[in-house]
Amino acid sequence: MNVFVLIKQVPDTEAMLSVRNGTSINEESIKWIISPYDEYALEEALKLKEKDADVVVNALTLGPVRAEGALRSALAMGADNGIHIECNEDLDIETRARMLAETIKKESDTGLVFIGKQAIDDDSNQTHILVAEYLDMPITTNIISFKLEGDKVTCEREIEDGDIETVEMNTPCVVTASKVLNTPRYASLMGIMKAKKIELTKITLSDLGNISTEKKTFTKRLFAPPEKAPGRLLEGEPEEMVKELVKILKDEVKVL
Amino acid sequence: MNFELSEEARMIRESVRKFAEEEIRPLAHDLDKKEEFSVELTKKMGELGLFGIFIPEKYGGVGLGYIEYIIAVEEIARIDGSQAATLAAHNSLGVGPLYYYGNDLQKEKYIPSLCTGENLWGFGLTEPDAGSDAGGTRTTAILCPEDENSWIINGSKIFITNASSPITLGSTVQTVTGKKAGGKKEYTCFLVDTGTEGFETRTMHDKMMWRGSNTAELFFDDVKVSDNNLLGERGDGFHIMLDTLDRGRLSIAAMGLGAAQGAFDLALKYARERIQFNKPISTFQGTAFKLSDMAVEIEAARNLLYKAAWLCDNGKDFKKESAMAKLYTSEVAHRCVNNAVQIHGGYGLMKEYEVERLYRDQRVLEIGEGTSEIQRLVIARYLGCYDDAKMK
Ligand SMILES: Cc1cc2nc3c(=O)[nH]c(=O)nc-3n(C[C@H](O)[C@H](O)[C@H](O)COP(=O)(O)OP(=O)(O)OC[C@H]3O[C@@H](n4cnc5c(N)ncnc54)[C@H](O)[C@@H]3O)c2cc1C
Repeated sequence: MNVFVLIKQVPDTEAMLSVRNGTSINEESIKWIISPYDEYALEEALKLKEKDADVVVNALTLGPVRAEGALRSALAMGADNGIHIECNEDLDIETRARMLAETIKKESDTGLVFIGKQAIDDDSNQTHILVAEYLDMPITTNIISFKLEGDKVTCEREIEDGDIETVEMNTPCVVTASKVLNTPRYASLMGIMKAKKIELTKITLSDLGNISTEKKTFTKRLFAPPEKAPGRLLEGEPEEMVKELVKILKDEVKVL
Repeated sequence: MNFELSEEARMIRESVRKFAEEEIRPLAHDLDKKEEFSVELTKKMGELGLFGIFIPEKYGGVGLGYIEYIIAVEEIARIDGSQAATLAAHNSLGVGPLYYYGNDLQKEKYIPSLCTGENLWGFGLTEPDAGSDAGGTRTTAILCPEDENSWIINGSKIFITNASSPITLGSTVQTVTGKKAGGKKEYTCFLVDTGTEGFETRTMHDKMMWRGSNTAELFFDDVKVSDNNLLGERGDGFHIMLDTLDRGRLSIAAMGLGAAQGAFDLALKYARERIQFNKPISTFQGTAFKLSDMAVEIEAARNLLYKAAWLCDNGKDFKKESAMAKLYTSEVAHRCVNNAVQIHGGYGLMKEYEVERLYRDQRVLEIGEGTSEIQRLVIARYLGCYDDAKMK
């Protein structure tokens, strides 16, 4: 059975970001990592492979040349194949989802697609749903446990108030991983050496048939949140402070 | 010239750093406080592939070089000197001599379980009366009078890393086996298994530093071992010891580099967060210049050490450079941990703050595997100061 894990390369959570040209981030000297939720997705796929030797784990990414690094890391953790849709353009999420789905369709016998519940860079929360739609597969998002028996998938997901919902689906299907699902393994030195020997499969837009790249969404402006002004401490008797506070709320903040 | 590390080396650094931060950092304080050796962490380091990094895959190693090994030690030492000690001693002093000088039988018997982290191996050179003067070894091995194929070892060793842990398989021990033709002492190394009759190990307690690392005294009371336990040939002992120390210095240097980097990282973070006189203390020239000096010295130390490791990996003579790297990185580490504590003020003296442990752990680096004085002596010898032709 083929299993796909969608991997997105994102800036390290500790990277100091700055805006370039008003619509994108400055990529120089950023450290890139696998989006953490995708690591949980990958770990779950690797656990499956450990139980069932017939499972082939394909790590799939879409991005510029540097995204190869994320695939190498996924291979070092234990993925069997790395597939890279090389793409430097800033495409709509919808287009990206189509490209990912078309790439997955190229393989037969695909039973499962694991994806992180969101990517930590743009947090757009759309790719997984769209990929499932284009693959015509059912999807369960934000799962905290996963079990596969035959072709039946049972997973739990957290819903409001900490309640837990149990969902059953048949393969082929898509699941998206949340943080509590598992603890991703470290890339061992042996794994890193093995990954070095695996050749990546390269795919470009033209390999994927007729996918329209017409843009329907545009980033107007990207900006860092304004620095928070330090809090102000009112002083004096309670009566005076209340008067002062009401005055501020009326005249300065204008909420009254 | 190419200063770029390979992609694998960069990936190893990332993975080991993550491991050290997530798996070791949360435990380091407690292990240090309780003076406890962690079998569990040792196993986990083994699973990550940190033991036997430069050992070929056929013996269960990873088949990489010294530069990758150095980076791994550096990253562990950045967080915890004790685990770095377990790692560096096991690779350089435990597995190293077995791999370089063991015969096929010995390699097959010992190395595989030493590469997984299931077992550890010690290297016993130092004695109560033979420290810097390693030639002063008093432990003896004599041929067994009633059995030509066996030896009887008597004597003791002190300060031996990894030699009495619950998972120690044994130790390589340097002994005197008589006199050579010219009247000089003849040294020979033996492999002595844990549990051999008459061989006792005693864990040393109350250390200032490396409190989570295992250090032992070894006692030999008529310990009988067979010819099969000879490492190399009879009389090879001195050469094995010198060669092992030349390589070992690279890993001690990596511990110095890691400690310096760790102290710097903590100091920079603290200095940017700590507000005095309404400003982060990092904006005061006194602090900023300390941090600049630390960064410069760390950069210089890293370049010196990586060059020495590169020489070693490329089959070139690296002995002078490895002594230089050991000397320099451990002294850079000394200045860095000292500055880092200073930048932390009173908090730097509290055990709750990591920098306090780094400060103590650094101290051994100027003493173990040849003191700083001995490194200067070794370097001076290479410079020709003593015109001692035999070292060339
Ligand atoms: C935690 C720890 C772990 C260790 N692990 C191991 C191990 O695994 N295996 C092992 O074999 N050993 C190990 N050692 C021993 C270590 O290598 C010795 O402590 C070291 O070589 C110094 O020997 P010494 O302590 O006897 O000091 P000494 O040799 O007595 O030195 C005392 C002082 O005299 C100075 N001195 C000595 N001779 C000269 C000279 N000719 N010129 C100038 N100055 C000189 C020294 O530099 C030092 O300042 C370990 C030590 C420690 C503390």
